[in-house]
Amino acid sequence: MEHPFLPILLVFVMAALFTGAFLGLSAILGPKKPNPSKLSVYECGLEPVGDARERFSVKFFLIAMLFILFDIEVVFLIPWAVTYKGFIAEGMGLFMLIEMGIFMVILAIGLLYVWRKGALDWR
Amino acid sequence: MSEIFLFYLFGGLSVLMTLLMIFQTNPVASAIYLVGAFFGLAALYVLLSAPFVAVLQVLVYAGAIMVLFTFVIMLLNIRKEELVYDRVTWRKTAVVLTALFFAGFLIWHFLKIPVVPFAPVEEGFGEVHKVGRLMFSKYLIPFELTSVLLLVAIIGALVLGKKE
Amino acid sequence: MLVLILKILIPFLLIFNLLPLLIWVERKGSAYIQDRRGPNRASFFGIRLGGLLHTISDVIKLITKEDIIPAHVNKPFFILAPFLVLFVACVTYAVIPFAHPIEINGGIFTFQAADLNVGILYILAMSSLGVFGVLLAGWSSNNKYSLLGGLRSSAQMFSYEIAMGLALLSVLLLGGSLELSALIDDQTAAVWRWNFIRNPLAFILFLTAVFAEANRLPFDLPEGESELVAGYHVEYSSMKFAMFFMAEYAHMIVGSALITALFFGGWQVPFLSTEFLRTNAESGLFMVLLAHGVLFMIIGFFLLGKFKSGKYGDKRDYEVIVIGLPMTVIGLALGLYTLLHGSFQLGDMGRQVFAAVLQFGVFMAKILFFCWVFIWIRWTLPRFRYDQLMHLGWKVMIPLGLASVAGTAIVMVL
Repeated sequence: MEHPFLPILLVFVMAALFTGAFLGLSAILGPKKPNPSKLSVYECGLEPVGDARERFSVKFFLIAMLFILFDIEVVFLIPWAVTYKGFIAEGMGLFMLIEMGIFMVILAIGLLYVWRKGALDWR
Repeated sequence: MSEIFLFYLFGGLSVLMTLLMIFQTNPVASAIYLVGAFFGLAALYVLLSAPFVAVLQVLVYAGAIMVLFTFVIMLLNIRKEELVYDRVTWRKTAVVLTALFFAGFLIWHFLKIPVVPFAPVEEGFGEVHKVGRLMFSKYLIPFELTSVLLLVAIIGALVLGKKE
Repeated sequence: MLVLILKILIPFLLIFNLLPLLIWVERKGSAYIQDRRGPNRASFFGIRLGGLLHTISDVIKLITKEDIIPAHVNKPFFILAPFLVLFVACVTYAVIPFAHPIEINGGIFTFQAADLNVGILYILAMSSLGVFGVLLAGWSSNNKYSLLGGLRSSAQMFSYEIAMGLALLSVLLLGGSLELSALIDDQTAAVWRWNFIRNPLAFILFLTAVFAEANRLPFDLPEGESELVAGYHVEYSSMKFAMFFMAEYAHMIVGSALITALFFGGWQVPFLSTEFLRTNAESGLFMVLLAHGVLFMIIGFFLLGKFKSGKYGDKRDYEVIVIGLPMTVIGLALGLYTLLHGSFQLGDMGRQVFAAVLQFGVFMAKILFFCWVFIWIRWTLPRFRYDQLMHLGWKVMIPLGLASVAGTAIVMVL
């Protein structure tokens, strides 16, 4: 009996080979005639001002942070969602619903707080 | 047999990636190597018949937390010339050597503990159903407390992020 | 081992052969939506196949173009980014089941590359890595447009990932498993048991989230060309550019397969269960073959009817005959063969294979339908503004997702 993840390993190897082949193919087949304007930054034909190593809005960072927290919430809900049906069959459905109700209400408060504080407004 | 080989392959991969992460000066490269290390770890979890944990490792650590790290690195955009390099001094060398000595000592003692093979895992070990059943019976209170922890984290993130 | 390799390769090749077809459908479909003819010039000895050859010439062109790596980029990451994006798109298909498993000599043969018990989470985990590719592409290009495009795109992708997860949870509640095959089994062949009927809200949320994840219009702000030129792949050329392009279409196909599997019963043939198909395989085969014969003949006659001598005055006149005549002949032969042969005799094995092939066909039809929906919506709706996008993601989709999960749970316990 082979390991259930063996095909995944093979898929990974195959995908890496396939993608690598594409990268190599254009490098081999394409012509190579570099010149300074070809290698410069594309800014719609204007002379580029500075480079793109600028600091950007903290907004993105905040969104990323909130994403992690809500993502973890979803991850915690997954085992619950999958076992819920089984628990109902055992007559424990209401108990499970209340359990998850508490969890979800606390996180809904979090979402509401973030909302009221205006972190989700994009200006 | 192949399991041992795969263990060393992925274990070696994670160790290598972690080392590369430490010895990089470019922070973005470090972050990418860390993702590689997490991948190796996920493969190790698979070998330990814990596929659910393995997938969550990739989903949460590699897919979410490391994206935040990369974001922060790009947000700060430290230029190479702004980086401060530590000088190697005698005192630092001494500290590192002492730490290495104690680490070696510990490892040597751990190696002396006789190896007891685990009993083979039962059917369905490490599956999401088993994890769920445990989480909602035995570990119910820690689970509920996690939601409070997440709430605190949300408020904390907001306070930090909105400061400026 | 050989079986395993075939199981991996066949769906992979299938998806990557669908790509050029889909690009053709996109170009041609957009053309008809905008009331123009679309691509129709590339020809092979005068045969144009309605522009289908354009895709092939595009591929050849892209491969043989110069692969420019601009001087200011961060080279290792600049190369890694398209690799990562396409790699992620290449591995997600692995857990999708294409038909009901069949039994061979006591063993069970599944029509999916890897039968993982974490199935759907594997797809989520892999696609969450795709964000990295986009972020890296934007950052390593060292171009302001790219950086902004990459940031926007990744922020958008993970804003909608939560909504996607919540929509998914509603389905997991109904199915009680992470395995796609179990989720499909649970929906059965009865259409009213399919999840888009049982939970329409989750379906709409999931559809929207898949659109946002694939960065397709109305969510293609990362490459809103009026503001960001082409977003995170401005600096890419040649095959590296094509890799981003291919990844987008591969995501479209896998996304369609996922929507089908989760909400439209996957490979389930409407109203016909696997047992029913197996017991009635002989008459079923007769009908399917006959229907194909008739269909081929209708298309063939339609094409032949369009022939008009001297319409263009060159080889294009005969194009409809070149395609139409073989189709008519094949259709006629198939129909006659079926009618003359009368009843078919199938063994136990044959019945199972017939059911599997039919289910596979139905699954592909559903996937293609959703691919068309992707294209259709792209050329129908205008683009969102970025604040609208974030508003929709966080203030509409997530509360609705939470409501969908809570509602499903409450209804189930009642």
